[in-house]
Amino acid sequence: MDALTDISTWVAPSRKPSALQLLFDNKTFLVVICLLPAMGLLLVFLTYPLGLGIWLSFTDTKLGQPGEWVGLDNFAYLLEDRVFINAVWNTIFYTAAATVFKFALGLWLALLLNENVPFKSLLRAFILLPWITPTVLSAIAFWWIYDPQFSIISYVFKDVLHWTNSNFDFLGTPWHARWSLIVANVWRGIPFVAISLLAGLQTISPSLYEAAMLDGAGSWQRFRRVTVPLLMPILAVVLTFSVLFTFADFQLVYAITRGGPINSTHLMATLAFQRAIPGAALGEGAAIAVAMIPFLILATLFSYFAIGQRKWQQGGSDE
Amino acid sequence: MAEVSIRGVRKAFGTTQILHGVDVEVADGEFVILVGPSGCGKSTLLRMIAGLENIKSGEIAIGGRVVNEMPPKERDIAMVFQNYALYPHMTVRDNMAFSLTLAKAPKPVIEQKVGRAAGILGLDALLDRFPRQLSGGQRQRVAMGRAIVRDPQVFLFDEPLSNLDAKLRVQMRGEIKDLHQRLGTTTIYVTHDQIEAMTMADKIVVMQGGHVEQIGAPLELYDTPANVFVAGFIGSPAMNFLKGHIEAGAFRLGSLSLPLPTTRGVSEGSRVTYGIRPEHWKLDANGVPAIVRLVEPTGSETQVVAEIEGNRVVCAFRERVLHHPGETLHMTPDPACAHLFDDATGVRLT
Repeated sequence: MDALTDISTWVAPSRKPSALQLLFDNKTFLVVICLLPAMGLLLVFLTYPLGLGIWLSFTDTKLGQPGEWVGLDNFAYLLEDRVFINAVWNTIFYTAAATVFKFALGLWLALLLNENVPFKSLLRAFILLPWITPTVLSAIAFWWIYDPQFSIISYVFKDVLHWTNSNFDFLGTPWHARWSLIVANVWRGIPFVAISLLAGLQTISPSLYEAAMLDGAGSWQRFRRVTVPLLMPILAVVLTFSVLFTFADFQLVYAITRGGPINSTHLMATLAFQRAIPGAALGEGAAIAVAMIPFLILATLFSYFAIGQRKWQQGGSDE
Repeated sequence: MAEVSIRGVRKAFGTTQILHGVDVEVADGEFVILVGPSGCGKSTLLRMIAGLENIKSGEIAIGGRVVNEMPPKERDIAMVFQNYALYPHMTVRDNMAFSLTLAKAPKPVIEQKVGRAAGILGLDALLDRFPRQLSGGQRQRVAMGRAIVRDPQVFLFDEPLSNLDAKLRVQMRGEIKDLHQRLGTTTIYVTHDQIEAMTMADKIVVMQGGHVEQIGAPLELYDTPANVFVAGFIGSPAMNFLKGHIEAGAFRLGSLSLPLPTTRGVSEGSRVTYGIRPEHWKLDANGVPAIVRLVEPTGSETQVVAEIEGNRVVCAFRERVLHHPGETLHMTPDPACAHLFDDATGVRLT
């Protein structure tokens, strides 16, 4: 037999599939087996810790001593606690102030980077630096910058420029400390906002700006009537994430002030840790952490309903 | 309404020269189409008229005013973009009213103008929809509506039909031409599609590689193309070109000879390109032999791809040709409709 007839007469052999092959052809089995690893991970690393935290908040557990169910006692106690109430207001203020500045500066940076500036890609990489630096590391840097004795800012203003006779007191009084923390948080949060909004800006077709220019829109009108509305959807998502991150912030505050002076800069997250671990009151700490959940849900719902969905984004239904 | 003068306009992006000195005169109310293959500079020229690209060399005047330094909004022009550039977050009404809103026109004026434009284009029922909820043809109409509302001196169209399907393109072609006839506004239209150019224009500007190859009325370009490029670009299927020389008052192609339109201006023995359109061949028992390669009946005519002395030629016959591939048929070109071009320069000889 030569090769030609070989090709023309060859037929694919039919084989009986094995039991294992049949099992893997079963859709239900396949769905279960594929979902199992993800479900397992979620259960072990998300659901269990969250559930444990919520359960702990209803007990009087102390470190090294199993607690008893106390119902809402922890929460009732916290409502009377001046330090906790202060931490709640502090968290809200910290989140609001930091978010406003992060978005104002982030949007400004994104608009700049969206123009044709020289060394654009280098600049883009550069502004990501605060974001990729480990938080604790940058927190320590800020701690040093804010140091009462060795602050570089004090040094520049006092010893170089001679504009002042004494060192700045960045962390010594409550309001100075609060604003100092907000500055550090803004510095760290800007890259996320700027890069996300830049991505949003780049989805806006340049011909829209050209059309607006021909329609007689100046640069401010192009920004207000074209850029802002078209950026809204991504702005809503970035805003939500930014609020969630800032509200639950822990590292910066704990590394720079540890909640001081006199508990005035405690956020809910740092207070929860302070009470639960160094303070050994696990139940109470858990209750503080659980108290954050309603705020976070509220923030998410707000951005979802108030600014997330727009009519013009849905299309094609009644064509 | 206004006339547009383009005088000695050049443009370069970096070291790449896009336009090498372009001169075009557009009369008041005229429909002029800039046509050419992609990269010929036609869109750049349009964007320079619109003010979206700056003019470093040469001069563009609209209605007698030189606009080189004038920002787009002061040029009193309206442009329809290839991708329509509708504002996705505004309704059809707001899209069309945008320029008037910016100019702070009073509400009744806006309503009246938008209503009139919507009436002209049949958009009344769609005014409260968003662009996303419209089909391609409807979006195209909204883009035109936005231009009409402006009541500009000049309409600019940048390949407005290339995102539409074939059928819709034919329909919109008619609508744009009809619109121009009703409004009478000076219009400059860019396309790469020579059929659009032929069917719509009062005057066609054929461009290639940043140069103007020829300017003229559609049938002028069709009947007397200035060079091989224009001859090949205008008309579909494209003109056939045969390379040979002049011998004994006829065009000599190998062992065959084809009749000349005229012997004036051509010298014996010179090398020329003989151009003949597919529809100018006719079946003739005394004609030259051609081997049939492909027969494509379209119903109204029959297109035949044949080989003459090894050269592929396309012919279109009114009669139904019942030949099969491989057979030989005899045909002859209509000498009055043949074109002669210089072999070296491609310039028309007769």
